[in-house]
Amino acid sequence: MTDSPPVATRGLVKRYGEIVAVDHVDLTVEPGDVFGYLGPNGAGKTTSLRMMLGLIRPTEGSVHLFGCDPLVNGAKALEGVAGFVEEPRFYPYLSGRRNLRLLADYDDGDSRSRIEEMLDLVELRDRANDRVGGYSHGMRQRLGIAAALLRQPRLLLLDEPTTGLDPAGMRDMRELVRRLAGEGITILLSSHLLAEVEDLCNRVAIIRKGRVVYAGGLRELLATASAGYRLRTTDLERARVVCLSQGGVHDVSSANGELRFAADEQAVAALSIALGQARVGVTALVPERASLEELYLGLTEGEAARKDEKEAVA
Amino acid sequence: MIRAVARIYSWEVAKLLAQKRTYLGLGAAMLVPLVFVIVLAFQSGRPNDVPLGRFIRETGLAVPFVVLFFMSIWAFPLITALVAGDIVAAETHNGTLKTIFTRSRERGEIFLGKALASFSYTVAVVLAMALVGVVAGTIAWGFHPLTSLSGSKVSAWHGLALLAESLGVYVLPLAGIAAFGVLLSTVTRNSAASVVGTLMWALLMQLLGVLPGTEGIRPYLLGIQFEAWHGFLRIPTDWSPVIRAVWVCGLFTAVPLFAAYLVFLRRDVAAE
Repeated sequence: MTDSPPVATRGLVKRYGEIVAVDHVDLTVEPGDVFGYLGPNGAGKTTSLRMMLGLIRPTEGSVHLFGCDPLVNGAKALEGVAGFVEEPRFYPYLSGRRNLRLLADYDDGDSRSRIEEMLDLVELRDRANDRVGGYSHGMRQRLGIAAALLRQPRLLLLDEPTTGLDPAGMRDMRELVRRLAGEGITILLSSHLLAEVEDLCNRVAIIRKGRVVYAGGLRELLATASAGYRLRTTDLERARVVCLSQGGVHDVSSANGELRFAADEQAVAALSIALGQARVGVTALVPERASLEELYLGLTEGEAARKDEKEAVA
Repeated sequence: MIRAVARIYSWEVAKLLAQKRTYLGLGAAMLVPLVFVIVLAFQSGRPNDVPLGRFIRETGLAVPFVVLFFMSIWAFPLITALVAGDIVAAETHNGTLKTIFTRSRERGEIFLGKALASFSYTVAVVLAMALVGVVAGTIAWGFHPLTSLSGSKVSAWHGLALLAESLGVYVLPLAGIAAFGVLLSTVTRNSAASVVGTLMWALLMQLLGVLPGTEGIRPYLLGIQFEAWHGFLRIPTDWSPVIRAVWVCGLFTAVPLFAAYLVFLRRDVAAE
């Protein structure tokens, strides 16, 4: 069981009547991953997370956390697992500290000794005796993190943890996630904030209308975008002729006093030499890579998505 | 498992103690005997149609027995429903079910802790009513021997023991009402619907008991079990209503509780 991946879902489906919220999702989160689970609102991210935590039963398929199925093994499957879906919720009529004591007792009770440490970590010690009903959204988010870390998790499932936070709160939350990842905790981070995912994650899955449209490394995803270049020279026309005659250089076009083309790195190196030999001065040669946002929008709203939709209708 | 359930139970009690509605029911249960004694202390009439009503001014011990009758109609069912109908639904409303379901306790353990807390509250309000009734009644009319339903007198201390036994059997139908409240709370996920539904169900049970043509099933209805304590007030003790109350209320408690347990184990905790 210890060799099993922190998260493995196979053929995960959740239907609500005619609506398919999650459609045959296969995900594997490896130890040490900071795994971004990306998708637009309503794509099925939270529903997937609920199934992973055993809060809802899959219509089909399975979830295994470190090899244990929450539906079969119950709470034991959540050993070493913590997190929250949507916003963390607490008893509003109890103080922050009492909420953590309650949750510690709902665990093994030993985690009571870590409560003060966790309150310090999320900077809530000063307000720990206040009722949670009076907490701001950001404070509840931080208390949610404290509640999750009380369990000393090996796997942390976080559902849009920075939603509703102010910029400073978002920065602090990201730093905390980065720090936890640095301590070896595997993190599954559901989000629709692309900068957050690009900043924190090494692997991602992108989900659209319940289906995973990409799962793999973030670098690999970014590398799938066609590598394009912008070229500015002292002689645009002669440079264009050189580009067109150069092997490995494609899609040459000119606009706004510059050339655009696609090529791999070797072809670009050869082109720069050829331009020099042709006595064309290079004033700028800039690689253009699609951002995660462009890739994400392409996968969730672009041509591929529309093609999927047409196939689904057909 | 017992340790886990005990820990959950203690937190359920702590949660109840932190909520205003808990004190609303408890306060009402304590206020009724107090008002009852104050009114009777300043008036000459007596509740003659009620068991022990004729002897209300003979001893303060008679007060809780008389109040038991009045509160069985809707007051105790309502107070019981206030907590039982809310105990799961409030978690759903607050979104805290997902918080506790993602810790290390099994759903079954959580359910047992909640059900026990709900029953404990019912026992607490009945005890609180009896305590206030005895104290207020004793201040007004003294701690004297009690006249039993058979007409013979028993010592004050024996009367107190009979009160304890009576309360013990009186809480059984309330446990049945609490179990139904827990079921509605689990199924409907709505506190208001559960509280009102539980009260309506308790009133329906009472109504069935007085409708003509129901004589055959009357002894097996939940509402009638509120009179089972009369058996202890007879000399010698009439055990038949007590024994019947035990198994009838046992059924009325076990069936909805088991159904609620099954729903609780399998329910999806989605966005509410």
